[in-house]
Amino acid sequence: MRVEINGETKEIPRELNLNELLEYLSMPSRLLAIELNKEVVRRKDWGETRLKDSDVIEVIHFVGGG
Amino acid sequence: MTDTLTLAGHTFNSRLIIGTGKYRSFDEMKAAHKASGAEMVTVAVNRVPLGRETESFLDHLAPEMKILPNTAGCYDADHAIRTARLAREALETDWIKLEVIGDPVTLLPDNEQTLEAARVLVKEGFIVLPYFSDDLIMAKKLLDAGCPAVMPLAAPIGSGLGVQNPANLKIMREQLPDAVIIVDAGVGVPSDAAIAMELGADAILMNTAIAEAKNAEQMATAMKLAVQAGRLAYLSGRMPKRLYASASSPIEGAIK
Repeated sequence: MRVEINGETKEIPRELNLNELLEYLSMPSRLLAIELNKEVVRRKDWGETRLKDSDVIEVIHFVGGG
Repeated sequence: MTDTLTLAGHTFNSRLIIGTGKYRSFDEMKAAHKASGAEMVTVAVNRVPLGRETESFLDHLAPEMKILPNTAGCYDADHAIRTARLAREALETDWIKLEVIGDPVTLLPDNEQTLEAARVLVKEGFIVLPYFSDDLIMAKKLLDAGCPAVMPLAAPIGSGLGVQNPANLKIMREQLPDAVIIVDAGVGVPSDAAIAMELGADAILMNTAIAEAKNAEQMATAMKLAVQAGRLAYLSGRMPKRLYASASSPIEGAIK
């Protein structure tokens, strides 16, 4: 199925939950946050939040800034 | 002399807040942070790049440093609110430097959108530190909305033009004697920081002036001293300006 992650369209194998998504993307899970269809998903809910086709996901971390 | 800055119940010994952008290396940034004496640094929220190993930028900050995430790059209230919520979730902090930009060339703030976002975020329990144009009425509205401080610019972000608006900053100080005013953006050299503090700013937030200096660590020290000097001068009360001379040595008793 197809989802949009950080502005890029991605094919993912199945209805991954958010923990599995990070693993699939080889992203470390610490010090980042996830937004699903413009709503923040609390870290404690990642395991039970499954992606659906056409979901829009933002995964953010921190960089240098002023 | 004890002269601390209290912001939303948090006490700071340093009146200098600095950024983490534009440094040439992590080592240079860390050295500059240490030299500045700052106790709070800003960071930006950004998409995690796909398909590339990333390390956490935050691991390069001293653990005792308070982290102030910003909403840089947001052009409307909705994006800034979403960014603030993400930052809170990732960092477990309610503190946010609210920045809503109005145009990409000047990076001047959109005060209207900033106020709209501030009202929403304060209601959600955020400690909102808003970057905005140096407008007294907007400052009052932001304070009324529940912001614990206001952060007027001195000049455009990253311009290093110095304090372009001394009258506006002074009016803001005089009309809002109890407000915490943090001058954010525009400082280029230590004398700019000193001027802003002499005008009565409670603190200065800067990034580029330190990060783009040839010797960032040394410039950070200079900025620390300038902020301290300006603060002491403000508290001391400056002499009145006169159009004509006023002799320092006694006129009477000079030999004829």
